Amino acid sequence: MSEVVLDQVRKVYAGNVEAVRGVDITVPSGAFCVLVGPSGCGKSTLLRMIAGLETITSGDCRIAGGRVNELEPAERDIAMVFQNYALYPHMSVYDNMAYGLRNRRTPKDEIDARVKEAARILEITPFLERKPRQLSGGQRQRVAMGRAIVRKPKVFLFDEPLSNLDAKLRIQMRVEIKKLQRALGVTSVYVTHDQLEAMTLADTLVVMNKGLVEQAGAPLDLYEKPASTFVASFIGAPPMNLIPVEAAEAGPKVTGLTGGKGLPVPAGGAILGIRPEHLVVTTDALPEGAVGLSFPVTAVEAVGAETFVYGPLGGSGQDIIARLPGKALLEPGTPVSVAATRDHLHLFDKDSGKRIGA
Amino acid sequence: MVERKTIFSYLPHLILLIGIAVVAFPVYVAFVASTWDPATISNGQMPLRPGPHFLENYYQTIFVGTSRTTREPVGGMMFNSLVMALTIAIGKIAISIISAFAIVYFRFPFRMTAFWVIFVTLMLPVEVRIYPTYKIVSDLGLLDSYAGLTIPLIASATATLLFRQFFMTVPDELVEASKIDGAGPMQFFRDTLLPLSITSIAALFVIQFIYGWNQYLWPLLITTRDSMQTIVIGIKKMIVTQDALTEWQIAMATAVLAMLPPVLVVILMQRLFVKGLVETEK
Amino acid sequence: MEKRVVFDGKLLPYALLLPQLIITLVFFYWPAAQAVRQSFLIEDAFGTSSQFVWFENYAHLFTNPDYYRSMLTTAVFSILVTVFSLSLSLLLAVQADKQIKAAGAYKTFLMWPYAVAPAVAGVLWLFMFQPSLGLVSQAIRSLGFDWNPTLNGNHALSLVVMAATWKQISYNFLFFLAGLQSIPKSVIEAAAIDGARPARRFWTIIFPLLSPTTFFLLVVNIVYVFFDTFGIIDSVTGGGPAQATTTLVYKVFSDGRLGGDLGGSAAQSVVLMILVIGMTAIQFRYIERKVQY
Repeated sequence: MSEVVLDQVRKVYAGNVEAVRGVDITVPSGAFCVLVGPSGCGKSTLLRMIAGLETITSGDCRIAGGRVNELEPAERDIAMVFQNYALYPHMSVYDNMAYGLRNRRTPKDEIDARVKEAARILEITPFLERKPRQLSGGQRQRVAMGRAIVRKPKVFLFDEPLSNLDAKLRIQMRVEIKKLQRALGVTSVYVTHDQLEAMTLADTLVVMNKGLVEQAGAPLDLYEKPASTFVASFIGAPPMNLIPVEAAEAGPKVTGLTGGKGLPVPAGGAILGIRPEHLVVTTDALPEGAVGLSFPVTAVEAVGAETFVYGPLGGSGQDIIARLPGKALLEPGTPVSVAATRDHLHLFDKDSGKRIGA
Repeated sequence: MVERKTIFSYLPHLILLIGIAVVAFPVYVAFVASTWDPATISNGQMPLRPGPHFLENYYQTIFVGTSRTTREPVGGMMFNSLVMALTIAIGKIAISIISAFAIVYFRFPFRMTAFWVIFVTLMLPVEVRIYPTYKIVSDLGLLDSYAGLTIPLIASATATLLFRQFFMTVPDELVEASKIDGAGPMQFFRDTLLPLSITSIAALFVIQFIYGWNQYLWPLLITTRDSMQTIVIGIKKMIVTQDALTEWQIAMATAVLAMLPPVLVVILMQRLFVKGLVETEK
Repeated sequence: MEKRVVFDGKLLPYALLLPQLIITLVFFYWPAAQAVRQSFLIEDAFGTSSQFVWFENYAHLFTNPDYYRSMLTTAVFSILVTVFSLSLSLLLAVQADKQIKAAGAYKTFLMWPYAVAPAVAGVLWLFMFQPSLGLVSQAIRSLGFDWNPTLNGNHALSLVVMAATWKQISYNFLFFLAGLQSIPKSVIEAAAIDGARPARRFWTIIFPLLSPTTFFLLVVNIVYVFFDTFGIIDSVTGGGPAQATTTLVYKVFSDGRLGGDLGGSAAQSVVLMILVIGMTAIQFRYIERKVQY
């Protein structure tokens, strides 16, 4: 069992800068937890506190039940994959992987067996005698993973490990990391700012903002029930349309919007959220509770499988994005009406941005 | 770029060749003089081609020395110069790299004070504190010793600054990876930082070897015994004010021998030399 | 600029700094402090007692015509060596920069004098210009010019200037060549398309872009002339004839050794220290823009 538990963890830097403001996260043994958020949200600091590279100002960090706050990184039984890989440039691939084991006085033949096994899994056996600079980006990435694997640690930590790779390689490595983690069953904490990476990798997805956890849970739960406008706009691409609406007797009210009867808009108004992919072109009468939006098309982006349509709501309001399947035959300048059903509508508090209702 | 070929296209080459010739001329003359007999030189009729006494003159220079002035074999002087140059170069690198390591990779009280104490020595070249330094070395009983010759010259702000600058470019993640791999500070220094610094160390070695070999004022003060003389001092002592006494063929052979090691180092380690020169001046 | 990641250690960093600090304190700070102290003292003839005399040594120094003469010599010497070595090496570097293929070879043939000890360089030039048997001096004399650096102060100074310039060309050449090679080719090509002829391209584009290198070399050369030419002067002229080649640094050396005037020599050292601090400050201002300390 190697559960990772963060209990009210805070990090205050010199000059009273609060990078992490009381975070509770539990990563069950063997789970893959992804921390995602914009830069400066505290996700990397949190990871580095688990690694022991930053001190914890207050709160507890527990790995496999034991408090590790005061332990050196080497004593925590963790392994880390860095953004720039941090391979020792003067050591061969083999030595890079063996270094940590040698420092722990692991017997020579065991080191050899473990390094060869990791190399086999990662398919880097032919490069074992090379120096990091003789490797491609993807190969270096594998060595960095290998260095983590040979240690057989309780926890893997990943600090944006794919951000230095090109788009194609990133997708390939993403799939491999996931497969590898499944196969080894090692508890993992992974930091990224890429929401797609976060969605595809995570068992538990933690969205962070300004040093706090905005929402944590299964990726699809976050997609379907974002707890705040921040999560709503961070998860999913293109981001959710967030339309400020006023309250009226019949439901929400704003120029260009129809329907929405029975939507519990508070008296002071609210923010209505609709994902671009949930908007469909319609000229029929709206079903019960559904919302219709009409706007003049200002831009059309056809990418083949789908088409993105842009335009200001009601001709002058908030810019709306609709994601329509296939090739939508729309010309800029023509008016269009789209609709979303009741179960695809999200309502958020006007001021706090918190979700209203379930 | 397209530029019409004219007779002027060859002008740069001509200028450079003249430049090289002018720069090389004094050394060539010295070499020629080292291959003639004293009579040919002193009557002012020395031809501009090497003479027949090459082996004889160099044998005398290295193993016997001048017959009238210092009478020290130059071979011994070269050995002294070599000891001095190597000690200064290695000593400077050793004490600078560890002090830069302390300043960059630790946080401790008086860290910046230590940095400035070292930095200010840039402004205290030996030339401005000649006699007080001499007095200390003499009080410590280090006159006419290799220690007195070298130790006062191995403190170096430039080398410390160079290493500090290089360490700043080493990614922090390597330290973190080392920590996770269970390496302590000295292990990180030995296993990672030192191997990464090899080029800087080599470049600095080339520059400091030349610096050490060419020292003049300091050995002039510190050495009184002929057997402690360095080759650069030796030449100077061979040239006597009464010209008739100067054995020019020996002096010039000594000059050639004095130039040979540092010049070879520069030419053979050209890349390191240029790197060292550019970096130490930053 | 500071490291984000550091090691813990209480005594280790001090242990690592110790050798450097001991040498620095014993051989740099203590003597420098002694120089300052001595500059306020006058010793009696036997060196047995000394008396605190405030600024008397300095007053004595600044009323001594020899000191002003030495200052003038130093200034003339600095200006001549700096101007000659900078212009000659710029000329050579510009020519070498044009030769893309041969630049490396020219570099090799021009950089080695850096490795020659100043004192040895002095001896080489002394031999060529030695009045009775020197090759060059015989050529000069055969033209009817009475060349004698051992008697004529101007001749002696020009000989020292030649040797010092010769030695410094390689250093300046390397830095100028590096500076020239770092100017983007596209800028020069744009100037060519704008119709600038080669000479005009040099003065309007290349030379201004080279100015940081030039300024840096200017300061380095002045420092070089002040301190590193000691060996040249001592081997060629020994400061003479009649102190015509005695620079400020040489004077500290010769006054202290020959005259035994430790107080006066110390006062001179202090004046020099102030000069070095000034020059280092200038150099540092320039450095600051490139490197952050």
